[in-house]
Amino acid sequence: MLRIDCLRAIYSDLEKCLVVTIMGALPAELQSLGHRRNFFYLQHAMGLASSTGLGLALCLPHQKVVVLDGDGSLLMNLGTLSTLARYKPKNLVHIVFDNESLLSVGGFPTATSTGTDLEGIARAAGIPRAATVRTVEDFAAAARQAISTEGLQTIVAKVEATGPKAFVTDLGLLENRFQFRRHIQSLAAKSR
Amino acid sequence: MPVSLENSKLIYCALKACGIRLLSALPETWLVHLIRIAEDDPEMILVRLAKEEEGVGLSAGAHFAGVKSAMLMQNHGYLASINAIVSFAHLYKVPLLMLITYRGSFGERDPWQTQGGNVTEPLLRAMNIPYAFLDLSASVEKRIAEAHTLAESSLQPVALLLTHDLMWEE
Repeated sequence: MLRIDCLRAIYSDLEKCLVVTIMGALPAELQSLGHRRNFFYLQHAMGLASSTGLGLALCLPHQKVVVLDGDGSLLMNLGTLSTLARYKPKNLVHIVFDNESLLSVGGFPTATSTGTDLEGIARAAGIPRAATVRTVEDFAAAARQAISTEGLQTIVAKVEATGPKAFVTDLGLLENRFQFRRHIQSLAAKSR
Repeated sequence: MPVSLENSKLIYCALKACGIRLLSALPETWLVHLIRIAEDDPEMILVRLAKEEEGVGLSAGAHFAGVKSAMLMQNHGYLASINAIVSFAHLYKVPLLMLITYRGSFGERDPWQTQGGNVTEPLLRAMNIPYAFLDLSASVEKRIAEAHTLAESSLQPVALLLTHDLMWEE
């Protein structure tokens, strides 16, 4: 299973969500499908995409938030699973693309390649629903179900360790950050 | 436990007066009252963290959502958050109001806190983080308001060091 096929499968479902991604191949692939104002790419601070998603979800309880995480990032901040589980925001979907590799820094294998089970860790941390998927069809079904219903979920998607050749895009980090906040402000203005 | 309840209340009221609606916290002795007050306040979103650097993500998410936040941590929590501050708050211009207990400074009795005390201010300076002390109850409200104003106008982290004189009563 390729991550970009997974992203393509749920691209239209992400339209109404606030999306926070990790750095590297994932945001490059998502941008190759088309950047949107509701996508924020955290191009560093590995491990904190889920914490950012939690902040958004707690402050905007009626807005669906989707975090697109990775195995390398999540392994750097496993405590986040216990914090997510503690507050269980109903509007947060935590998707982890697990390619068992630190792809963007040379493809060194992560601990998921030697048996660390992120779904198991999420479940044991107290995340109410956790699943592992291995096909694009299963991924799309699980992600769509999570996005369209209430409840915190972690979906671990086992994907191949491949990605685009380059990770830098023409979208500036600050441009993305200010655009994302403006977008949220415009949603708030509309709902008033 | 001779942590000052009165001064903790003063700090909390000053945060509320700034419009702070989300607090991230990792417990430490000097913060017990502050965290309990936040817990009992239905208007406050209190997020108890596993590690302090998560608070940088929480505050960034809150800022994007248009909600004002503050972080309660020990100075060792600041040390544990340095990469998050550099590679998120500084990189993306995220305002952070960091209330940091200044352990290991003058008056510290716990030997295990003393090394952190030595490096706190040098590291704040090295990271170009504006900071001031919360050391007198009379200036707490004004200084918190000023720190919050600077964080919001500069879109950067600002630190307040909570001192032994303010937080401890004996």
